[in-house]
Amino acid sequence: MARRIRFIEALREGMRQEMERDPSVFIMGEGVGPHGSAFKQTDGLCAQFGEERLRDTPISELAIAGTAVGAAMMGMRPIADLMWIDFSMLAMDQICNQAAKLRYISNGQVKVPLVYRMSTGKSKSNAAHHSGSFYSWFINTPGLKVVLPSTPNDAKGLIISAIRDDDPVIYLEHKLLFNVRGDVPEEPFAIPLGVAEVKREGTDLTIVATGAMVGFSLTAAEALAKEGISVEVIDPRTLMPYDGATILTSVRKTGNLLCVEEGFRYCGFGSEIIAFVVENAMDSLRRPPRQLTTMHTTIPFSPPMEDYVFPNPERVAAAVRALLKSEA
Amino acid sequence: MDNAMKVRLLETMLNIRKAELQLAILYKNGKVPCAAHLYEGQEAIAAGVCAQLRVDDCLTSTHRGHGHCIAKGMPMKEMIAEVCARKTGCCGGKGGTMHLFKPDIGVMGTIGIVGAGIPVATGIALAMKMQKTDRVAVSFFGDGAANNGAFHESLNLASVWKLPVIFVCENNRYATSVAVWRSTSVEKIGDRAASYSIPGVTVDGNCVDEVYAATEAALSRARTGQGPTLIEAVTYRVRGHYEGDDAAYRKQGELTEAREHDPIEYWKQKLIEDGVLREEDFAALAAKAEAEAEEAAAFAVDSPFPAPEEALILTAQI
Ligand SMILES: Cc1ncc(C[n+]2csc(CCOP(=O)(O)OP(=O)(O)O)c2C)c(N)n1
Ligand SMILES: [Mg+2]
Repeated sequence: MARRIRFIEALREGMRQEMERDPSVFIMGEGVGPHGSAFKQTDGLCAQFGEERLRDTPISELAIAGTAVGAAMMGMRPIADLMWIDFSMLAMDQICNQAAKLRYISNGQVKVPLVYRMSTGKSKSNAAHHSGSFYSWFINTPGLKVVLPSTPNDAKGLIISAIRDDDPVIYLEHKLLFNVRGDVPEEPFAIPLGVAEVKREGTDLTIVATGAMVGFSLTAAEALAKEGISVEVIDPRTLMPYDGATILTSVRKTGNLLCVEEGFRYCGFGSEIIAFVVENAMDSLRRPPRQLTTMHTTIPFSPPMEDYVFPNPERVAAAVRALLKSEA
Repeated sequence: MDNAMKVRLLETMLNIRKAELQLAILYKNGKVPCAAHLYEGQEAIAAGVCAQLRVDDCLTSTHRGHGHCIAKGMPMKEMIAEVCARKTGCCGGKGGTMHLFKPDIGVMGTIGIVGAGIPVATGIALAMKMQKTDRVAVSFFGDGAANNGAFHESLNLASVWKLPVIFVCENNRYATSVAVWRSTSVEKIGDRAASYSIPGVTVDGNCVDEVYAATEAALSRARTGQGPTLIEAVTYRVRGHYEGDDAAYRKQGELTEAREHDPIEYWKQKLIEDGVLREEDFAALAAKAEAEAEEAAAFAVDSPFPAPEEALILTAQI
């Protein structure tokens, strides 16, 4: 039965149910134990499962990421919390050279079923070292799957799939979404990786949006509807492997594409989607596709500058209008 | 240490304390746009170390770095204005509470990634040595950072290359909610120096005279080409990890005990006993520091925010 709960509760419930089902699942990271994690994602889990399965770690990102690899090779299913995506950079070798590659180079003799959880994106003046959206680094690494849910329902269904998956999965939690509420079934359920969802149907233009940008795009679509512009909003939910078929179907219908994301533009997820659509459905594009991303800059601290560099619903709406006015 | 230095240490500690308490108020009043990590209770460490540094010596610091900036000579106004996200701050509002710089007085950066300042300070020391100066670099970091690879790699390298760097580990007994004994293999982090064949000492970080003496020895080694030293200064984080953290995870009684061993109170009593200071002198120094902090807060709040477009200055635009 579905109830309205917060994103963070849905995520926690998914982890709890998997830990109840499968004794090989455990969580480790800085403060995940009795304290319940930086954003309270694991609140109460330590009381239920004990410190053996909710393992507080030192501030040792490389060791956290690497011990997760070793434990996973031996049949455990670790969930390693790296707190902020910005801190995952201290563990890049273990994530991108070890976790991502061991199944391949062993010719399938070992597998690495683990989840790296990390918070991502803008919050309030978190500044240069705590505002990152670097997921395209992981998308660009063969062997990794990358998940970025935008609703409580997706948060639960995708964490369950991520835990059950036999490959390493990067599971991203957007800081602005933790308290968003939505309907979520109480019983365990899995949303398959690699399946997009059309969050709003429309006929004039397709927006492909991820994470917090999904909500911004839906707000923009609502405003644009009043101007007679019908926008379809697609959330890929899994960024790698992404659901190209759903995106192509939509673009073939609308003929226009705007990619909205919080990552940077160059070699970003949006650039990839545009390349994919151009390669596969050039004939159905009526206007050149465009991207709206965070500006290509280090994230500044002061609110006026910070607000200036990120997308927001008004900027999404403006980008849609500009695209539709552009030369066909 | 002469009497003037004794008083100067007290002044520095008071300046840091009053600035941090002003920031706590500014935070409550919504003038600080994100939660800040305050340094209250650890003032003796920044003061005792920085008092002996020259202007051309350099430091790196952490997310809890306001105190180090003040002790190294950053005007309170520039620090507080930066934390309040104003154009008049030391980084024009780009850096914020976790990213403070003022290279002309040797503040080479407070850094938001735990441990990341340690190799940077090591590299600063490398340049100082290659440039044939007798300048010294100091890296301040927490107990939590001492469990990060950056710490171990830097100590080893600094030892092998005999670099003029002092590693100052402020063991305030917590890294966020995790108590140091739950995450750290040694009782004394100072003991880790032995693994890297450098001197390591553990001192009471709430006694500025102990910090001062340890720094004096480390500085003379560094300035004369004898290489790095690790100083562990044991203290206690009397505030939450950040403003707004209720720190419910503390052990019972710990906070009260720590409050009784306040670094400023300790030094004040000592100076009174030694006849260096009278109660009314202390009151006057405290009032002066408080007035300066209030003035700095008013300056910050009256300062303009940067213009939105300034975000793109210094960014490579394609
Ligand atoms: C590499 C990295 N991992 C995790 C964090 C999150 N974090 C910020 S401060 C902190 C605790 C630091 O503890 P310590 O080094 O003892 O310094 P203190 O806060 O006690 O001054 C953590 C885990 C971070 N900023 N950087
Ligand atoms: Mg600490």
